[in-house]
Amino acid sequence: MHIVVCIKQVPDSAQIRVHPVTNTIMRQGVPSIVNPYDLFSLEEALRLRDRLGGAVTVVTMGPPSAVESLRKCLTYGADRAVLLTDRFFAGSDTLATSYALSKAIEKIGAAFCAPDIVFAGKQTIDGDTAQVGPGIARRLGLVQLTYIQKVVACDTAAGTLTVERRAEGGTQTLATRLPCLVTMLEGVNEIRRGTIQDALRAARAEIVTWSAAEAGIEDVTRCGLRGSPTVVKRVFAPPPRAEKAATVDVSGRPAADADALLDAVVARRPALATDLATLIAGY
Amino acid sequence: MSEKPAAPAPAAGRAAMKKELPEHFKAYRHVWVFVELERGHVHPVSWELIGEGRKLADKLGVELAGVVMGAPGAGTLEAAAEAFAYGADLVYLVEHETLGDYRNEPYAKALTDLVGTHKPEILLLGATTLGRDLAGAVATTLATGLTADCTELAVDADKSLAATRPTFGGSLLCTIYTLNFRPQMATVRPRVMAMPERREGRTGRVVPFTPDLEESAILTKLLSFMPDRTSAKNNLAHADVVVAGGLGLQSAENLQLVRRLAGAMGAEFGCSRPLVQKGWMPADRQIGQTGKTIRPKLYIAAGISGAIQHRVGVDGADTIVAINTDANAPIMAFAHLAIVTDAIRLLPALAEAVTRRFSPHSRDRIAG
Repeated sequence: MHIVVCIKQVPDSAQIRVHPVTNTIMRQGVPSIVNPYDLFSLEEALRLRDRLGGAVTVVTMGPPSAVESLRKCLTYGADRAVLLTDRFFAGSDTLATSYALSKAIEKIGAAFCAPDIVFAGKQTIDGDTAQVGPGIARRLGLVQLTYIQKVVACDTAAGTLTVERRAEGGTQTLATRLPCLVTMLEGVNEIRRGTIQDALRAARAEIVTWSAAEAGIEDVTRCGLRGSPTVVKRVFAPPPRAEKAATVDVSGRPAADADALLDAVVARRPALATDLATLIAGY
Repeated sequence: MSEKPAAPAPAAGRAAMKKELPEHFKAYRHVWVFVELERGHVHPVSWELIGEGRKLADKLGVELAGVVMGAPGAGTLEAAAEAFAYGADLVYLVEHETLGDYRNEPYAKALTDLVGTHKPEILLLGATTLGRDLAGAVATTLATGLTADCTELAVDADKSLAATRPTFGGSLLCTIYTLNFRPQMATVRPRVMAMPERREGRTGRVVPFTPDLEESAILTKLLSFMPDRTSAKNNLAHADVVVAGGLGLQSAENLQLVRRLAGAMGAEFGCSRPLVQKGWMPADRQIGQTGKTIRPKLYIAAGISGAIQHRVGVDGADTIVAINTDANAPIMAFAHLAIVTDAIRLLPALAEAVTRRFSPHSRDRIAG
């Protein structure tokens, strides 16, 4: 069984700080990590491989430095890594990204073995769109299974996959045919540490690097800014509120400060006193 | 191919490049809202979008259509009637046996075909699990732009859809256009837009559409559906009072202080995203762009600095109280009331004070 996992290298948003005066983001020195949502999909792929045999190939589109995130995935136990990197990809929106990745996955299929399952992260922590996974599925003509909380069964001989999917208001159990694209929900499994052998192998591993042409992309106008139907026209700081926050004076004694704060709350919206009394009574 | 190094053009330069819309897109008119109907129940985000779509359609001088999809008789006509009550001019009624429970394949095909037949200029969906799953597939099939999780939608002077959403990491918003492709697609999270007024007796046209679907051609089968027990679900999105904690609380243990204050107030509790990433609170308690959007009467943010992702999740709150040691934290720019102090010390005192002042069972009241 061959599984391809799409990942993205992202800035560690937990370590991004906002400049207190200019109110802009300070990205200098912020480390890059594998998009945390992708790791749940990677782990699920590794579990399937461990159970059913085969190989896991990790692929990303990004700058040459994204090789570090691929190496990280190898330390977790992925078998092979492919980096798709080319200046033609700069400025890709989700449609252009899904195009490039789908071409790379086709090439991976031709170079190694056609995948039975393609995994992608639920969404990234920088773009947050949740659009690239479904985009890849459409491009490759695969069934898409998003927000999966459990892989119930995978029968490679019969070519079937059964999953539990988080839906609005409940959980669906769905059965489908391989090949398909799956995005896992966060927190549904725990990413392994990886073995020492994996770490050693990862350190030595050669990571396959493809340009657009090497990935079989003949029409680069479908990539990057030119291949992106969406255009970012304006980037701006959100306007501050017209009324500035009223500051409650601090005495240093928590009990007095708590009372002062409640006074200020009720002074601003007297109805809140009744609301709170009702809420507390009903609780 | 040109040999010149293709330095990516600056976004602003490209944005000015609005070409004449390709001829085949000129017939694309009207604003559509996908009405998310599942198991006979319409997600409230659909009515919020009907309200927003109404404004866009009026600005453009076009009609507003709701798209209702489902199995025949499974609440579809009721959903259409509601869409009219909330402001739709017409409803595309897409009924088929395969559209009972949501599955991507038949829904994506039916919606794509409907777009191809009736050609909307703008197509809006809720950023729910269903809406995001469907929108991504449909936009890719149509090879058009899709802007996720918008916080503001507008029509600009040249009648393009201006979709505003937070951009990554920190404090900025960006406005995104789909200039040369149609439809212009966007998703919006629940509770970001206000609920429109419902007008009893308002009606409109129903336009039936029969999708070309066959169960035998659909690879994915629904084996079962297990509904959530409503009692186990938190009510964060609809709570009147919400207390939330951020990194300023310093440890997972200190989140108890947030829970205790929420308990004392009969409120719901939540947190900002870093805490979910640290595993301090489950993801369904996250407030903000990628978590829940809330519109409470009172919101207390303890030790939350207030990145834009958090701000957009709470902007609809009537009164925002910030408790933070940093008087320059971004949250101070959108809080209504601020107290510059350590939330770890203030929260327990606040819980006591709330009980003392507002609880009908409190000892002070009985004594008084």
